[in-house]
Amino acid sequence: MTNLTEVGAAPVALRSRAFAWFARSRATKPGETYGVPGQGDTLLLSLATMAFLIFVWWVVTALGWVKPLFVPSPAAIVQKFMDVWTNGFTGTPFWQHVLISAARVFGAFLLACAVGIPLGLAMGMSPVIRGIFDPPIEFYRPIPPLAYLPLMIIWFGIGEMSKVLLIFLSVFAPIALGARAGVRSAAIEQIHAAYSFGATRWQVMRQVILPSAMPEILTAMRIGIGFGWTTLVAAEMVAATKGLGYMVLAASQFLQTATVIMGIIVIAAIAYAFDMLMRFLERRLVPWKGKM
Amino acid sequence: MALEIRRASVIYPSQRGRRPVEALSKIDLTLDDNDFVLALGASGCGKSTLLNLIAGFLSPSSGQILLDGANVAGPGADRSVVFQKHALLPWLDVRANVAFGLKLQGKPKAAADAVADKFIDLLGLKGFEGSPVYALSGGMQQRVGIARALTCDPKVLLMDEPLGALDELTREKAQELILGIWQRTGKTVFFITHSVEEALFMGTKLIVMSPRPGRITHRFDLPFSRRFLDGTPARKIKALAEFIALREEVLGIIFADEEQAA
Repeated sequence: MTNLTEVGAAPVALRSRAFAWFARSRATKPGETYGVPGQGDTLLLSLATMAFLIFVWWVVTALGWVKPLFVPSPAAIVQKFMDVWTNGFTGTPFWQHVLISAARVFGAFLLACAVGIPLGLAMGMSPVIRGIFDPPIEFYRPIPPLAYLPLMIIWFGIGEMSKVLLIFLSVFAPIALGARAGVRSAAIEQIHAAYSFGATRWQVMRQVILPSAMPEILTAMRIGIGFGWTTLVAAEMVAATKGLGYMVLAASQFLQTATVIMGIIVIAAIAYAFDMLMRFLERRLVPWKGKM
Repeated sequence: MALEIRRASVIYPSQRGRRPVEALSKIDLTLDDNDFVLALGASGCGKSTLLNLIAGFLSPSSGQILLDGANVAGPGADRSVVFQKHALLPWLDVRANVAFGLKLQGKPKAAADAVADKFIDLLGLKGFEGSPVYALSGGMQQRVGIARALTCDPKVLLMDEPLGALDELTREKAQELILGIWQRTGKTVFFITHSVEEALFMGTKLIVMSPRPGRITHRFDLPFSRRFLDGTPARKIKALAEFIALREEVLGIIFADEEQAA
């Protein structure tokens, strides 16, 4: 009898211990075992993962398991970065490639913010505007930018216009939809409180709806700029002679794998740095997010 | 001079084949100067609808709401509302929240802040002027809400279960604080609560409402808040035989309504 219970109990204890290990690597508060799953600091683990991946990469290339044509060694990437940094790529200095790509992405992003935030807010507040703009936005939103890239070229040529417009379109939808959803963030009590002080509709929008939509708008901006970087390479397929996306595409045609990987890492690093900046802004601008 | 509700009804039109709902049926109620009117009732009895009607967020389907003889056409600063929760603006600090109504009315910042500071002091929030409201406790947040409602010098103060989300101890302290402010400012107050004890202790008049259709079924005049302000301790009042007898009577009325609904 005793044996039976012991046999049954052991796997249960093991399973719950395994889950505890999975859900929370170490206690955030002393003695807390039954907290919300998923708490805890992840920085060390993330750094270790990165180090491990780079190590595997290095081992694979150093032992010659994969040809450098397919996967160059980490050192080759760094070397290529130094090379492009000092000598440029296809006759253009590296900083110009970075600058022009950043200008395209941020230009499109700022434009998308300038149009998308007011339009999204208007969609949230007015059924008429929502009725008009909802179908076109929802129609084009899920289409991959590469699919309508040919149309951009046919309509707007191969200049900066179609490049920026392509990025703009991919950034615009998430920002407009985020702003639209943000309108719903204000509690009815906050709105009623303003009205009961004799606020006009405009004052309610400006002083209650807009500030309470800020967290959602900032999140939407973060998501939006991510889409912008995603679309950069597609945009620079359009007869570009400068830019990080162009660099990746041109290098791939000459099988310069090291340059391709280096370009990808540079794009990722810039996008990540900007995401950090946006998170910092979020903490500064809406410290009350999720607290009331 | 008073707030007068004359045979006011609110009917929500039928939706998706359901029958129209008579949320309030022919309500007659007068709030005189310096009245502290408490509204109690089973859930769905229309207390909140009545408050929204007085505040002007809703218009009556029939009947009239008159403030000093003039028709109430919408929300206005002569009737401030204190909500149960979620009504403060977390992007503003305590002082800016309290001054919010005055700013909306176009008062210059310095003057608005001066008035706000006066009420911050009155509500015992001195020293927290610059604190973010989301960092305050529930009781302090409600005091910010009350201070904000008082700044515009309303004729009527509407309180929609303002203490409903507070723990018992904070709640009793807040009751005494509100009575003190009522005495000092001489406002007319309309106060909704779910707590019979709170209603009996605080009000000068009590209305008990019943659901389906929402209507006033009982009216009482209450002496207890005056006695508290004359110096009798709150706990002593709440333990008086007559207080307990009335409490049981009112509870009986509400329980009967709830049972009918079940």
